[in-house]
Amino acid sequence: MNLTLRIWRQKGPEDKGRMVTYPVDDVSPDMSFLEMLDVLNERLILAGEDPVAFDHDCREGICGMCGLMINGDAHGPQRGTTACQLHMRQFTDGETIDIEPWRASAFPVVKDLVVNRSAFDKIIAAGGYITAPTGSAPEAHSTPVAKANADAAFESAACIGCGACVAACPNGSGMLFTAAKLTQLSLLPQGQPERYTRVIGMVDAHDEAGFGGCTNAGECTPACPKGIPLNTIGRLNRDYLAATAKGAGNTPGS
Amino acid sequence: MELFTEGDPIADTKAPAGPVEKRWETRRFEAKLVNPANRRKLTVIVVGTGLAGGSAAATLAEQGYHVKSYCYQDSPRRAHSIAAQGGINAAKNYRNDGDSVHRLFYDTVKGGDFRSRESNVHRLAEVSVNIIDQCVAQGVPFAREYGGLLDTRSFGGAQVQRTFYARGQTGQQLLLGAYQALERQIGLGNVEMNARHEMLELVVIDGKARGIVVRDLVTGEISTEMADAVVLASGGYGNVFYLSTNAKGCNVTATWRAHRKGAYFANPCYTQIHPTCIPVSGDHQSKLTLMSESLRNDGRVWVPKTKGDDRSPKDIGEDERDYYLERIYPSFGNLVPRDIASRAAKNVCDEGRGVGPTKLGVYLDFADAIDRLGRKAIEAKYGNLFEMYERITGEDPYEVPMRIYPAVHYTMGGLWVDYDLQSTIPGLFVIGEANFSDHGANRLGASALMQGLADGYFVLPTTIANYLASGPLDTVDASHPAAVEARTDVEDRIQRLLAVNGDRTVDSFHRELGQIMWEHCGMERSEAGLRKAIGEIRDLREQFWQRVKVSGTGEELNQSLEKAGRVADFFELAELMCIDALHREESCGGHFRAEHQTPDGEAQRDDDRFAYVAAWEFTATGEPSVLHKEDLKFEYVHPTQRSYK
Amino acid sequence: MAVTGILLALFLIAHMLGNLKVFTGETSFDHYAHWLRDIGKPLLPGVWFLWILRAVLVVAVVAHIVSATVLARRARAARPVRYAHRKKINGSYAARTMRWGGVIILLFVIYHLLDLTTGTLNPVGNESKPYGNVVADFAPERWYVTLFYTLAIVTVGFHLRHGAFSAFRSLGQQTPRGERTARTAALIFAVLLCAGYLVVPFAVLTGLVS
Repeated sequence: MNLTLRIWRQKGPEDKGRMVTYPVDDVSPDMSFLEMLDVLNERLILAGEDPVAFDHDCREGICGMCGLMINGDAHGPQRGTTACQLHMRQFTDGETIDIEPWRASAFPVVKDLVVNRSAFDKIIAAGGYITAPTGSAPEAHSTPVAKANADAAFESAACIGCGACVAACPNGSGMLFTAAKLTQLSLLPQGQPERYTRVIGMVDAHDEAGFGGCTNAGECTPACPKGIPLNTIGRLNRDYLAATAKGAGNTPGS
Repeated sequence: MELFTEGDPIADTKAPAGPVEKRWETRRFEAKLVNPANRRKLTVIVVGTGLAGGSAAATLAEQGYHVKSYCYQDSPRRAHSIAAQGGINAAKNYRNDGDSVHRLFYDTVKGGDFRSRESNVHRLAEVSVNIIDQCVAQGVPFAREYGGLLDTRSFGGAQVQRTFYARGQTGQQLLLGAYQALERQIGLGNVEMNARHEMLELVVIDGKARGIVVRDLVTGEISTEMADAVVLASGGYGNVFYLSTNAKGCNVTATWRAHRKGAYFANPCYTQIHPTCIPVSGDHQSKLTLMSESLRNDGRVWVPKTKGDDRSPKDIGEDERDYYLERIYPSFGNLVPRDIASRAAKNVCDEGRGVGPTKLGVYLDFADAIDRLGRKAIEAKYGNLFEMYERITGEDPYEVPMRIYPAVHYTMGGLWVDYDLQSTIPGLFVIGEANFSDHGANRLGASALMQGLADGYFVLPTTIANYLASGPLDTVDASHPAAVEARTDVEDRIQRLLAVNGDRTVDSFHRELGQIMWEHCGMERSEAGLRKAIGEIRDLREQFWQRVKVSGTGEELNQSLEKAGRVADFFELAELMCIDALHREESCGGHFRAEHQTPDGEAQRDDDRFAYVAAWEFTATGEPSVLHKEDLKFEYVHPTQRSYK
Repeated sequence: MAVTGILLALFLIAHMLGNLKVFTGETSFDHYAHWLRDIGKPLLPGVWFLWILRAVLVVAVVAHIVSATVLARRARAARPVRYAHRKKINGSYAARTMRWGGVIILLFVIYHLLDLTTGTLNPVGNESKPYGNVVADFAPERWYVTLFYTLAIVTVGFHLRHGAFSAFRSLGQQTPRGERTARTAALIFAVLLCAGYLVVPFAVLTGLVS
């Protein structure tokens, strides 16, 4: 396959950046999307040009490090698939492919297609945990968890923190990410003591980081490689309303 | 020139004497403690944020130490522990099926082919039960039964159901548990987190590990970070093979730099090769993807009986197929352990009977299982794996048999540590896959997660206190001559890499190194092959320093520079791996020497000559390393020959 | 957004039911319109109730617009650089037209008030004869008024379809099954409301009401 790539190039955070066109020839349909970029980069390096910087690590769809806007779709056209697991057979010979970084003020561009997603870490640090210092845990079987709750908690816990939800959201909101973690923890008995301080802490951290507000537009779930369901946001809203009613924001530790 | 010299034997002096089941308790009691008020004044550096590093950093911070944590990824949540699929072992005996700490200990020593230390393995088994409690308390969504209690399943190398799991994403869920505990400490200001930072040198002052030199991968800034102790939790070195199931960024640099500064490297040749990975599809391949071992429960492995049979699998009749695992190992069949299944696949492919475009693959066929159980049942069990396979290969495994081939997956070797997980450099502790300690020559499934968390949550926080309590250490800062030297070394090395400006990319060298290693130091090793490999690696390393082309500068995000530094260290490690494999004239676990096999082709251990840990001391680049032997004594589990026929 | 939206939606229901009185004849409709001014009597003097209602609606509208503006400004600040390759819509079209739809509806409401409340833009504009005003408004020769009205009502329908679902969600609807129910309910509500509003002008247009 021969392709034309239009890639966002930006030297650093201060650079204005622009789309640059690169032809790539002899692409095998068995290549992953990132391997296709590897081919381009090898060529650029040998030509003395700066290779395209992009984030990636596990290349098996679980670490959440990769994230590219491909033709306007977060992680590309195939649903439930990260960019690293997307293969070139999803494209046709002669196609022009636009590749852009995630766009959000909470995810500033570091270089080319690499963005800084540390805002997600801050949301977790603001309450996305259960306080259980090492050694303090009771016997694992002392608290049974209904299977349905455990399964639903798992479904939300499958989030890989890639940021596709933010990238796809017309509001640049990180609500699906926040709601996924909240849902996991609020479905488990272990998560109850901190349930309301957690939701206030995480939502505040979300807003402070500069993410947009959620308008239930529903663009995030189709873009999510792990299919985190939209209704997790309802659970977040419910907990948030309950928490504000209780005045949990004033509770020490929130 | 000699490849190595032999030095004095080495011994673990930290494990207390006495009955194996009392040793950890004794050690905990004997270890010195640090007064809570003094902990804040002590700084510990933790490199890596996987299961071992993440859990250690969080726990040390909870205890009150000042922790500085480093990872090369953009967030501590992305460490490669996240990719572990199967599960985590623990001797809870919830199934009442005869499991116990002693049985887990026994299985692990035996599974390691009698090349691990009994004291360490027993402690691992003891601590395993606390890990499950800890993770459940953190909200890890383990699979549960309808009664609300934890579900377990069986896994390779064990006859009891002791593996706890969270669908096929156990590693992810455990890591996120540790990550959340770590983030909590970051939020509280107890941990200073430095993501996108790579450790490039260890600072050793007066014989003690006192800091590291790191590069900020975004700005390229080099800085020297000082501490009272350094913990390496930087994972394994499977990427020396270029193609492996490791993440692209996994590297040996942190441990290799420590090795060069005096930490012994133990058993580097012990490599685990996983039998069920998706085969290489072409030269562009950058990474191999594991397909869960559980597939072998229902899939049948076969190749055509005749060489070079290019027909589609559908056209190959039942009588023209060779279900070779069932033929050679009638009692275990398709469920033989990883090392045996891997080698058998290699043998049939070497005979020219491999399948697929590259002829390096064997079929894993579900047709019989689909006939027997129905497509629905297979979908329920393996649906997500089948989808993943189709996404990568474009073939529908419900219609066409899967193609699989072995791939490098885990490295049992690593920096030598004593019972306290301290390396031969005082103050340098090594945990998780980065050390060599618990798996001997072969790791059992679902034991890597167990070891990472055991080290990080429970073992290290106890043993490091003993070291810190023996202080206070002299006050030193980054202006100490040894620290300045380490920093200068790093800067010089970067400049050297940038200055070559040759005509080959880093990846092309890495790929070639990987081919040499896979060919000669992979599933089967021989003296002639290893000698050849050592020569080739040395030549290639020289070429690398003359012809590599790294674009850009050191003062920016420069991924090709990052790779170049890692590959340069892989070259040195690769040579040591081959030397270790060459010197170990026996077959054990993941190390199979062609010269040492039973008449029917099975691994032949030599306990009289090789029941020891090979700990290598670095001398100088290009100079022979010194071998120190740690004899292994088996008081509780007596070595036997493994047989799966 | 959810609370003010629900208030406004409740008003729309009441307004629609009132509109449908047009089919009961001129006297009945005019009587209804006059009664609206007298609700609350004798507890509240004169047209107090109407003004209270109007005040609540104005507050709701203003609060609704303010919240929407805050969200829109946050969204704009959250994505300062737009994508070069515009994203296609994977969620619902209704959800993506809330902001422009809202502006269209606001313009329509202003026109509508000038038309049928103050009578400024109405060809008859007789405050005491609402029935006549309506009939004159949607007369066939004034087809463009009917067209504008129709477009506005369809926009309201879209706005409600996402708005109703979104309000449920914002107030804590949290199960997948409930989500399906909420979406269906929102759709049915939007369609019924559209139909209820559109039947009047089309009845006038076709001469069913004259």
